[in-house]
This record gives sequence, structure tokens and C-alpha cells, in this order.
Amino acid sequence: MRRPDRLGLVCAVPLIAGLLLPFAGLRPNRIAAPDALHLPDIFGWPAAALVGLVAVAAVLGGRGRAVRAGAALTLWLALMGLGATRLSAEASALARVSPGAGFWLGGLALALLLTDALARWRPTAVMRLGLLAAAVILLGLILTLWGDTSLLKEYANRRTIFWTEARRHMALAGGSFVAAVAVGVPLGILAQRGARLRGPLLGALTAVQTVPSIALFGLLILPLGWVAATLPGAAALGISGIGMAPAFTALFLYALLPMVVNTVAGLDAVPPAVTEAARGMGLTPAGRLARIDLPLALPVILTGARIVLVQNIGLATVGALIGAGGFGSFVFQGLGQTAADLILLGALPTVALAFAAQVVFDALIELMSKGRP
Amino acid sequence: MRRLPLILLAAAILVFLLRPALFVPLLAPLGPPGAPVIYDRASLAALTLSHLALVAAAMVPATLVAVTLGILVQRPAGAAFLPLSRALAGFGQTFPPVAVLALTVPVLGFGMGPTVLALFLYALLPVFENTLTALSTLPPPVIEAARGMGLTPRQRLWRVELPLALPLILEGVRTATVISLSTATIGSVVAARGLGEVIVAGLTSQNTAFIAQGGILVAALAILISGLFTRLAAALRG
Repeated sequence: MRRPDRLGLVCAVPLIAGLLLPFAGLRPNRIAAPDALHLPDIFGWPAAALVGLVAVAAVLGGRGRAVRAGAALTLWLALMGLGATRLSAEASALARVSPGAGFWLGGLALALLLTDALARWRPTAVMRLGLLAAAVILLGLILTLWGDTSLLKEYANRRTIFWTEARRHMALAGGSFVAAVAVGVPLGILAQRGARLRGPLLGALTAVQTVPSIALFGLLILPLGWVAATLPGAAALGISGIGMAPAFTALFLYALLPMVVNTVAGLDAVPPAVTEAARGMGLTPAGRLARIDLPLALPVILTGARIVLVQNIGLATVGALIGAGGFGSFVFQGLGQTAADLILLGALPTVALAFAAQVVFDALIELMSKGRP
Repeated sequence: MRRLPLILLAAAILVFLLRPALFVPLLAPLGPPGAPVIYDRASLAALTLSHLALVAAAMVPATLVAVTLGILVQRPAGAAFLPLSRALAGFGQTFPPVAVLALTVPVLGFGMGPTVLALFLYALLPVFENTLTALSTLPPPVIEAARGMGLTPRQRLWRVELPLALPLILEGVRTATVISLSTATIGSVVAARGLGEVIVAGLTSQNTAFIAQGGILVAALAILISGLFTRLAAALRG
């Protein structure tokens, strides 16, 4: 019999707690206090014992843990949906079923086991992209079972708004990302060539990063309102004191520093011998930059771009505070109403989006720098 | 940062906190006419202290826990957790600070608790990652020499490895503190006392003077504290 390893033993603690603590909560309405329900209460003892056995299999060490932990996690997530359907069938239409502490702890333990198994496996870039695609499909299938959970009921009530906010969130994060790359890379090239620009530019951008996001968003309301009022045509372009324009500008300003810093670092790291050889071959400065320096600096520049995209997806949530919309509007509405499901409806897609962006970008960087010295 | 700008910055912050009325002419053009220019529902000095206390309450335990964990996974006893902790440190960075804060509220309720917990969780990563990097990139000859001198693993850790790793660990603490100072302002949305209160009041009453004084104060504190950390690291390097 295979014995659990150290990691399995440590993860067994939250997993056992997850099995023993309430799996789900049943509330008579959206904001009432929940009734705690344990696994056997929902599915009966035999099924609960079976779930326990699957969980034990995930904890055991040895080969194939990635598959065992992945299967156990899938089952665990699916159980939440099935349990919600089962409980809703007997309760009133207003009743809400939400995940309990046991569900979160057990899910965390299984996710840690899966992460560890995947980290040891060291999948290549293409495999990671494949895994991400598989995870997205699997999650989509699991969510079809979740229709009776409180989270998806919040979603069902806001289906249209949800996708509007999703589009706004992506437009905000993606648009400011593209703008920051388009401006940051040339600025970085200029700063790397000109020593006089380098210090003040980096200093100013670092200072911008220390201004808290909610303040920077707010501070831009005034100047952009002024632009909208004085520049003819600006208001017609959708520029105004509140909403998308100040949020876009704030995200752009935050994103500039990593872009400039990484462009400078990437160009600095080009070996002088390579530059000399290019000069010897008779390449013009512009040709050297385009054909030698930039391609060599590309992985570092792309790393900067990855940091910026992930950071922007997260920070775009704050934009909701000044009327820019996005997933943040659910988070702050949820905080205002102390409605945990509404907070989750905003926070979970943001986290998932940032995570997916990180995996995709990382894989692309690895694929692009392959075959280089 | 050199010493003189740091002293001037500290002096400017102190003057602003103790005599905010002196800055009224500077801030007045930003606020709506007739509205108060300086935040008046609480003293700015008290809010600043509370803000710093929030950050300290998160940073001190986060540093202790993260450095301990960073050392543990480098020892033979904790080696089993190295791949997982590296993966978590990488993916943890993708987690937005607002999401951490928002997700702790359902668990802990409103007030200081969720903010401190969110700041604590968010500060773990930079410190842990830097501890890991610092300890795993020490020059092998130094470790060999320490072993050759007959030092026990424990003595090696305390006398050789940690002192050498300290500047990089401090750099992680600096990064985490700057992020915490800024993220703590969002804590005001969940009723934690701090300078975020001034900014949020400015946003809700459309008083840009409030937003500016809160935002610039936090930025000035971040630059000051970051500069102090840099000087401390430089002093340690000798």
C-alpha cells in the first residue's frame, strides 16, 4: 500500500476538516443566516463515505497523483452543484444554497494537491495551454450543474448586465494594456538611449505607482472633466470626468512603469559584442534596433507586458468606484449589501481572467524564446 | 534615495499632519466652491497613525511567517513543499488585491479584521519569494567554507546564510510594504480606519481636494518608507 508523503499529510488536515465541516449552507432567502448542512445530510452516508474514499486516494503519494487529485477536485466541484439541486427541490423558490466552509477548505486542499502534482510534472508550454483549455471546458461543464447554487442564481438575475460588465472590464484592462505597450516600449527605447531622460522618467513613473489606485482614479476626474468641457469633440469621443476615461488613464499610467523598466532592462542586457558585430556588418542604428536589439530584448519586454496585463485585469475592478463598470461593480455592490455571492460573482471571474492571462502569456513567452541562445 | 530629500519629505508630511490649514491655498482650487478643503470628520494625523498601524499589523506577522516558510522549504525537512510553494508564489501574484479584500469580508465581516488579513496574505508573497531567491542563490564557496569551519546547519543559517540573504529579504519587505500602504486605502470601503476614508469621502462628495490630500499623503508615506528601507539595506551591506 502506498503511503501518503509529507505534502499529502499536510493537505490531509484541511481535507479532513473539509469533509467534517458543513459542506453547504441553506438560507430561507438571499441574505438570511444559513443552516449548516454536512455531506451526509445532503447525499446520505454511503455516498459521503465514497467521497471520503476518493479524497483519501488523492492524498496518497506516488505516481498519477495529478490525475487522482484532478478527478477528486472535479467530483468535489460537481457535488456542490448536485447538492444544490437536491436541496432546492425540497425548499422554497426563494431559498439559496451556497458553498459552506467545508466545501472551500476541501476544495483548497485538493487544489493544492493538484497544483503540486502539476508543478512536479513540469508541463511544457504547449501542454500548459492544453491544460488551461481542458480546465476551461471542464469548468464550463461543471457550471451547468451549478444552476441551483446561490452564485449562479445571482448570475441568472443579472445575465445581461454580467456580460456587459465583462466586456467593459476586458475593454478597460485590454485597451489600457495595448496603449501602455504602444507608449511604454518607445519610451523605454528612448530612456535606454538617453541617460538624461532615464532617471527623471523612471522616478516620475515610480512616484505614480505609489499613489493608491482609488486616489489616482479619483484625481483624474477633475482634469478629464476639464478636457471634456474645453476641448471641442472630446466629449463626443466619450471622454468625461467620470466613467471609462479616468479609469482608462489611471490603468495606463500604472502600466507604464513595468513596460518602460522591462524595455530598458531588456535592451541593457543585449551583449555589447552582438551590437559591435551588427555595427561591423554595416547596419544603421535603426536597423540594429529593429533587427538585433529588439528581438533579443523581446522576452524581457514580453515579461513586462505580462505583468501589466495581469495587474490591469485586477486593478480594473477599482474602476467601478468611479463609474467605469466592470466586474468591480458586482464586488462593491456586494460589499455594500453584504451579499457574499454578489462579491464572488465579481471577484471569481476577475481572478480567473488574471490567472488565464498569466498562463497564456507565460506559455507564449516560453514558445517565443525557444531556440534562442 | 539620499538623506536630505528623505528628511525634507518627512518634514513636509509632519507639517501637513500637524498644521493642515497651511496647505489650504494649495488645495482650495481643487475642491468645489464653499466645501471644506481639509478633511474635517477626523484628524488627518489620527487617520495616518491608524493607516500605518493597519499596515504594521499585517507586515510584521507576514514577514515572520514568510521568512520562516522560505527557510523551511529550503531545509531537507521542507523540501517536499518546494515545488508547490514556488507554483503558489507565482500564481499568487495574479490574485488582485481587491479580490483578496473582497473575499475575506464574507468570512470576517466588516472593519479592521478583513483588511489586516488581506494585507497579510498579500504581503506573504513578495517576502517569501525574495527569501527563497536569496537563500537559493548564495555563492556555493561561502556555504562550503562555513561547512568546512565545522558550523552546524543551525549556526550556518544564523551566522552565514541569513545575514547574506538579509538585503534581498528586506527588498521583499519593502515591496510588500509599499503595496500594503496603497491597498490599505481600499480597506476604507469595508470600514477600516485609515487614509482611504479621506479618499472615499472625496469620491462620494466629489471633492477632489479630499482625494488629493488622501492620495498624496499615502504616496508620500510610501516613498518615505520605501526610501528608509533602501537606506537600511545599504547600511547593512556596509
